[in-house]
Amino acid sequence: MIRSKSTGGRRRATLAAALCASIALALTACGDKDPGSSGSTSPGGQGTQDTPGGDFAYLGLTENTTVASVLTTLATSTCATDLAAYPLKESDYAQDQFDQQLQLLAGQDALPNLSSAPNAPALGVELYEGGYLVDFATALSEVGAADALLPAAASVVESLYDGHLIGLPNEFNIEGIWYNEKLLADNGIEPPATWDEFTAANATLSAAGVQPWSVAGKGGDGWNITRLVGNYIFRSVGPDGLNAVADGSAKLTDPEYVAAADAISAWGQAGYFGPAPTSIDYATAMNTFLTGQAAFYYMGSWALGNFNNPEENQIGADNIGFIPFPDVAGGNGSSDQVPANAGMPLMMSSSAWGDASKAWLKCIGDNFGAVALKDHGVISGFKVNEQVADLPELTQLVQGVMADAPSSVLWFEAKFSAEATTTSQTNAGLLAEGSMSGADFMAAVQADLG
Amino acid sequence: MKQVLGDRKTIAVLLAPALVTYSVVMLAPMLWSLGYTLFAGNPVRGFTWSGLDNLTKLFTDPKARQAIAFTIKYALTVTTGQVLVGYLLALLFVFFLKRASGVIRTLTFFPVVLPTVAVSLLFEKLFEIAPTSGPVNSLITALGGQQVNWFGAGSTAFAVIAIMDIWRSMGFYAVLLYAGLVDISEDVIESARLDGAGGWRLARHIVLPMSWPVLISALIFSINGTLKVFDSIYALTAGGPGNQTTR
Repeated sequence: MIRSKSTGGRRRATLAAALCASIALALTACGDKDPGSSGSTSPGGQGTQDTPGGDFAYLGLTENTTVASVLTTLATSTCATDLAAYPLKESDYAQDQFDQQLQLLAGQDALPNLSSAPNAPALGVELYEGGYLVDFATALSEVGAADALLPAAASVVESLYDGHLIGLPNEFNIEGIWYNEKLLADNGIEPPATWDEFTAANATLSAAGVQPWSVAGKGGDGWNITRLVGNYIFRSVGPDGLNAVADGSAKLTDPEYVAAADAISAWGQAGYFGPAPTSIDYATAMNTFLTGQAAFYYMGSWALGNFNNPEENQIGADNIGFIPFPDVAGGNGSSDQVPANAGMPLMMSSSAWGDASKAWLKCIGDNFGAVALKDHGVISGFKVNEQVADLPELTQLVQGVMADAPSSVLWFEAKFSAEATTTSQTNAGLLAEGSMSGADFMAAVQADLG
Repeated sequence: MKQVLGDRKTIAVLLAPALVTYSVVMLAPMLWSLGYTLFAGNPVRGFTWSGLDNLTKLFTDPKARQAIAFTIKYALTVTTGQVLVGYLLALLFVFFLKRASGVIRTLTFFPVVLPTVAVSLLFEKLFEIAPTSGPVNSLITALGGQQVNWFGAGSTAFAVIAIMDIWRSMGFYAVLLYAGLVDISEDVIESARLDGAGGWRLARHIVLPMSWPVLISALIFSINGTLKVFDSIYALTAGGPGNQTTR
């Protein structure tokens, strides 16, 4: 049979068009969804998946094994009967790619029942506003665990997410300045309470040949230095100082903000942070303090595990003291406003909200605090509903500070974009080295804030 | 075979599976991603048309400009260094060490087979200042100089990066150029010498022109590698201090 050329051409064209169309359709299926396309029956959410039984999926951070371990204990021991019908299905993802993974899953409406919150709090708010997340303000009441959270921890989560309680504080950390009691006593220094006293203490230590501070400023590890800048702003400008930057009513390049970075840069120029903060990473900074080579160390209470480990801590846990970030003369803030964070909170998917999520939320609310503290020494933002004996002294000290703190503040980059956060943390080492001025540092970060 | 490959249908049947797979797995996502440059948003809130805004931002972003400038500076410096040092080593092998060059050739080639991250860690320790002084700073101190915080400023960090990457690759270019140099006929060299050429004149008028093709190949290899480098710099400085060695 002889086929005409034009018929063959048309067929080939049709075939090619069909192939292109099928590829396009397949790709379109991977695209974004309409967040408002399904009903709204979950607390703050958009849909419901009320299936009896079934897996309870958890997506965590590869770097954090504590949460998965606590959840496993809850599933196999503490709540074994209640959760028997909802087996835990764990998976994890690297922290530096986690936000992209969450966006992808949300776009496919495939968020797991429980997951770590994104690194960028702004993305958490976006997910909530898109109807993807459960609002724990109502969900905890719904499952009969309304009082599960410590009010201070709940308040930290709310301030992080524009007033929405969309994260479970699986950690609750306070931050402050840890000091080597022996080094201070040997040099006749009382724990400083004001910025000026701190500067004087640094000078005394430095003159005696003791490195005053241990800080990390290598690569992106500079966050502990920017915490000093942020806390100075909380003490000088006031606890709302950085909210004003976030809402655009103030700029980091305003003189009162530049003064904070200049104060750190001045300490850097004086050599109080050691010879080369840009060469020091997190582990080295911790090791420097725990081997008695520096007097002060700014860190969060998550480091208690290191402090309470005698193999790491060569200066002895009973030789470590804690002081809050000092007052700044004439400032609007106060040293009892403790810097606090909730680690990487846990969030629940609204579209997966059903019996499995409810049963698990009830169990987590009632037991997470005690299991995390007992098995891992982690202080969480959940109330501890049973007596945990033999807590190390430093852990009790931190619990005391948490209980006594009238209010808390966040941290320097808490409300910054990811780009501004990176700029801030990667330039912090230069600030602590004294080779970057406060004005240049703040200008670089402000440029990314727009 | 000619008959089989002369049939268009056969060619289509043979090519189609690989072509379709490549198109679906590689080309389509690439084009799809390229399309996203014209949109703003994310999978959560959806995408909206933004025209050329993203591209405008890319070309006006000072950080992007800084990274491109650093990339060009790095590529030019390291390519020049790699090929020049490699060429000098090759000349050393051919004209001075001659048959005894085997051991030296092996030693200079050795860094090429080392993992990039291991080399970066080695140089990090060599040039360290804190928490302990590395060998380089110890040597400077022993000679009565002031220790240098090599990774505390963009200029010195760049110097360490350049030294590291030239050292790491010079053996490869030395061997490549050696292959070109040994190809130059002994007779030509000998007759040039008889005509009175020696030293610089021999190199300038005989060796260099005759090894030019392999030299160009080495330059192309080198610029191709240096423009794409990421791992060694990331492992050594992570783009720091600040973003001064970001590319």
